[in-house]
This record gives sequence, structure tokens and C-alpha cells, in this order.
Amino acid sequence: MSVFSNPDAKRGAVPAAAGAGAPLAGLLRLPNDRWKPLEIVFWLLPVASYFLFPDYLVLISQIMIIGLFALSLDLILGYAGIVSLGHAAFFGLGAYTAGLLSVRGWGEPISGLLAAALVAGVAGLIVSFLVVRGQDLARLMVTLGIGLMLFEAANKAAFLTGGVDGLSGMATSPLFGAFEFDLYGKTAFWYSLGVLFILFVGLRRLVNSPFGLSLRGIREGGKRMPAIGANVDRRLKVAFTIGAAVAGVAGALLAQTTQFVGLDVLGFPRSAELLIMLVLGGTGRLYGALVGAAVFMVAQDYIAGLDPAYWQFYIGLLLVLIVLFARGGILGGLEKLVRLARPGAGKEGA
Amino acid sequence: MVGNLIGVLFDGIAYGSLLFLISVGLSVTMGMMNFINLAHGAFAMVGGYVCVTLLATLGVPFLATLPLAFIAAALAGLVLERLLYRRLYKASHLDQVLFSIGLTFMAVAGATWLFGPTQQPVNLPDWLRGQVHVLGLDLGTYRLFLIGVVVLVTAALVLLIERTRFGARIRASVDNQVAAEGLGINVSRVFSLTFALGSGLAGLGGGLGIDVLGLDPSFPVKYMVYFLLVVAVGGAGSIKGPLIAALILGVFDVAGKYYVPEVGAFVIYTLMVVLLILFPFGLVRRKA
Repeated sequence: MSVFSNPDAKRGAVPAAAGAGAPLAGLLRLPNDRWKPLEIVFWLLPVASYFLFPDYLVLISQIMIIGLFALSLDLILGYAGIVSLGHAAFFGLGAYTAGLLSVRGWGEPISGLLAAALVAGVAGLIVSFLVVRGQDLARLMVTLGIGLMLFEAANKAAFLTGGVDGLSGMATSPLFGAFEFDLYGKTAFWYSLGVLFILFVGLRRLVNSPFGLSLRGIREGGKRMPAIGANVDRRLKVAFTIGAAVAGVAGALLAQTTQFVGLDVLGFPRSAELLIMLVLGGTGRLYGALVGAAVFMVAQDYIAGLDPAYWQFYIGLLLVLIVLFARGGILGGLEKLVRLARPGAGKEGA
Repeated sequence: MVGNLIGVLFDGIAYGSLLFLISVGLSVTMGMMNFINLAHGAFAMVGGYVCVTLLATLGVPFLATLPLAFIAAALAGLVLERLLYRRLYKASHLDQVLFSIGLTFMAVAGATWLFGPTQQPVNLPDWLRGQVHVLGLDLGTYRLFLIGVVVLVTAALVLLIERTRFGARIRASVDNQVAAEGLGINVSRVFSLTFALGSGLAGLGGGLGIDVLGLDPSFPVKYMVYFLLVVAVGGAGSIKGPLIAALILGVFDVAGKYYVPEVGAFVIYTLMVVLLILFPFGLVRRKA
């Protein structure tokens, strides 16, 4: 099973919640997080798209991988409220870990993912100590600086990473020893979907747990949380570490399914675009990350073919408009519409 | 070796003073309005392109282009502040970051469309080229000129902020907006003018810096981290902090690139992370 990062997520989470002095009964009772019908429909969409758009499997796989990456940022930014401008660092670490393992002859995909999660998670843990020290500006700078440092490191260490030319010569072994990664991307599709779904279930569980609730509390008022006995720094570190590990898995997935790692996996544009996808979809609701990634990448596939410079202009304009007029992104807008149509209706989606 | 060291130090100071000139406006607006503006480099770029265009197509003398670069960037800053920035002073830092990344992307795309993706050449007048011989050392004339300009501008800035009524209003608005408003200071106008002044200084720096930093459409992204760094390390809201930070960063960056070129930009990023860990609130903390 590749439910990595989730076991330690919960192990990190539950004692932390216990530390808040919750009674034993409250600890044992799980929060109510039943799946709503709309969510089940949502997850049938990628399955349906496999049969409806067989020519676009590669693009759909990439959307799912980047969606997973955006999910990891949603945990850090949408739930814990840490503004990170260097999240690509962990994505890139995961990609290079899986890539280097594969180039050196260890092509087994699942263990490659686990290794990537471990490396990115450890890096995330180390960075998290720096992140919790400062306020927004210092956090922004630290994450940005670490991202740039890793980019420079990968660039200069050409003997290991291939530098600007990228890391090629990867050979990913068949999944479970049975399913070869084919040219049409069928195996890659199911593999990406499976990993995305398993991690999504874990993250969904995590954000609905007392730990997830406390993260939201920290986001809304970091100064008040210590007053009710929450160890703010430790929670932020745990959230950041999990986010980094998930980002590492996303990077490893991209490396394994495309069998190539380019230097751009670590670049600043990747971190910035990730932020854009997340706010486009809507932060702090998990599904926003997936919707945002899908809309962004389909639009990019369409428009960037015309002219990359125009694409950048429109992305900039879109960001400014979202910030000024459409806070909450696509899902936030839909939620408002639903509320207008049905006064007193519950929250849509998760 | 010693001559080398002094040469590197000199180049570093010149580079650092340029960074300071561009970033000081960012420091004041960040300290004053608590606004994280990642698009600050775009104003420097505006100044740079104004200089290049005036020099190349209209034949305006180099010295005359500099005030025009200042005015153009200040106007751009004033308009954007009035139309857009002011709506976001109360917004979350995330919104501000996203908004200013959006502006930066638009500026980069716009500059590519207008001027093409290539580096812009700058033809300095003859008297600014070459080297001068001072106390047995060969110093670049242009860098000496650069340091001179920055010293003058800094002196004027300090006088403006410490000795004039407008400066007193700026300081009052930085320290306590509500009280300043209560005393009859038009804080929103002070904000606009300060923002314009900061953008103008960035534009001046952009024009002065073409020879040192280069100028192409990716300028705002390439140097974004340097400007932010100066403010984050120096401490937002002051002049002294960014000055010290800019000089330290300038000297270390030049020294790193000169002595250990294989490590490249690593020196500066490491220095930044270390400084931020040691001083999470900046070298000089503004007194409330």
C-alpha cells in the first residue's frame, strides 16, 4: 500500500490534538466526514474522461499530477495559512529522487514514490523550522530563497542532475511488475489517478480531523490558538512537512510517467503557477486545487500554443481580476451562486 | 591581492548602493502600508526602458534621461496606486502577493511585446566610461558616478523625511495611521505620494542600473528576490536598515561571483537564509 505520509500524518495529528486536552471520548469519536454525492460524481469524472478522451490521456494524467501538487499547497496555504513561494522545491526534490533512483537502476515505481516522499518530507521538516520563525514576509523570503537555492544547486550539479539538459535515461519498471508504462499513457493514467485518489482520501481525512480544524484556527487567528493550549509551531511544522512530502510524490509521479526530469521542475515559475491554480480553483477546500489545476492546464494547452508571451499576460490579468473581484476562485463563486439560488443551503463540495 | 580585494569591495558597494536606491521605496511602502509588493521591480524596469528609448531614438543626453526615468516611473506608480493598490491595503498578504505577481507577469509580457525579448544596450557618454586612478587604484568611472548619485539621493531623502513637514507626515503615517488621521493628516494622499516617490526612485535606479544589472523583460522577476531581500533583511519601514542590508548583499554577491564563480548565486541565497534566521524581523526594527 502506498498510504505513506498518511500514517505519519495521523500519528502526528492525533497526539497533537490529545495535547489540547480533549477528553478520551472525543478522541475516539471520528469527525463526521461522509462523502457527499457531488464528491462521488467528481471522482467519476476522470474515470469517464478515460473513455471519452482517449487521445488526451497524457494531458489528463499531467492535470492529475499537478492537481496533487496543488493539493499539497492547499494544505500549507489554504489550511495552515503559510504563504509559500518556493513549493516547487519539494516537487523538484521528489522528481529528482525518483529520477535518479530510476537512472541508477532502481525503476520500481511505488518504492520510488516512497523514497521521493521521504526525501521531500525530510527537507520539508528542516525548512519548516525556518518557516515558523518569521511572519508572512520572512516566510515568503525563506521559501523563495530555498526554492532558488535548490534550483541553483541542480543547475550547477550537472554531473548528477544533467543540469540544463535535464535528467534523461530513466526507465520505470512495470507497475506491480505487471503493467508496463505504455506509449499511450494508459498505465500512467491509472497510476496517477490511483495515487492522487489515495492521497486525497488521506488529506481529506486529515483536514476534517481535529488537527485540520486547529490548522484553520491558526490561519484565522494565530495569536489566539496558544491561548486554548494549541502548540502552533508544532502544528505548522507537521502540516508543512506533510505538504512537502505530498509535493514530492507529485514530482516523482511526473518524473516516472514522463521518464524525464527537466530543470524547470524546481523553477520559480512553477511555484508561481501553482499558486495561481490554487487561487483560481479556490483555497482551503481541497477540490479547489483539483478544479484550478484542471482549468489552468486546459487553458494553457489551448492558449499557450498561440503565443507564450500572451499567455503570461492573460495569466497576470486573470490573477489581478481574481484578487480584486473574485476571491474564493471558481468554487467560491459556485458556492455563492448556490447560496443565492437556495437560501440556507449547505456548503457545496467538501 | 589586496588591490583585488579593494576592487571587489568597491564594485560591491556600487552594486549595493544601486540595490538600495531601487529598494528603498519598497521598504517605505512595505513598512507604511504593510503591503508586500512583488511588482516593485517593474517600476525599475519602466525607468530603464524610458532611459534606453530616450537615449537611442531621441538622442537625449544620458544625464537628462535620469530625471525623466524618475518621473515616468513615479507617474506609473501614482496611477497604479490610485487605481489598484489602494484597494488591497487591508487585504491579506496572500492577496497582495498574488495581485503583485499578476502585475509583474503583465509587465514582463508587455515589455516583451513592446521592446522584444533581447537585452537592451546602453551607450554611456564618454566621460562615464573607462577607469580613474585614485590613490593607486583603478576604479570604474561609472561605478564611482553611481555611488555619488546614490549618496546624493540618500542625503536628499533623509533631509526630506527628517526635516520637512511632508517627511513628518510620512513618519506619522508609518507609526500610527489612525492617530495621524485624527491629527488632520490626509493619510491616503501621503500614501499615494510616498508610493509615487518610491516608484520614482526605483525607476531612477533602473535607469542608472542598465549598465550594471542589464535590462530585458525578465528584469522584474530576475531581481525580485534581491529587492525583497534588501527589505526583508534590512527591516521594512526604515532607510538605515535597507542601506546596511543592500551594502552587505552587494559586497557578498560581487565577492561570491568573483572568488567562487562555480558556486554562483548560492552565496547570496545562503546569506539571505542565514540572515533571516538570525534576524527574522530585519536588522533594524522600526520603533512603534
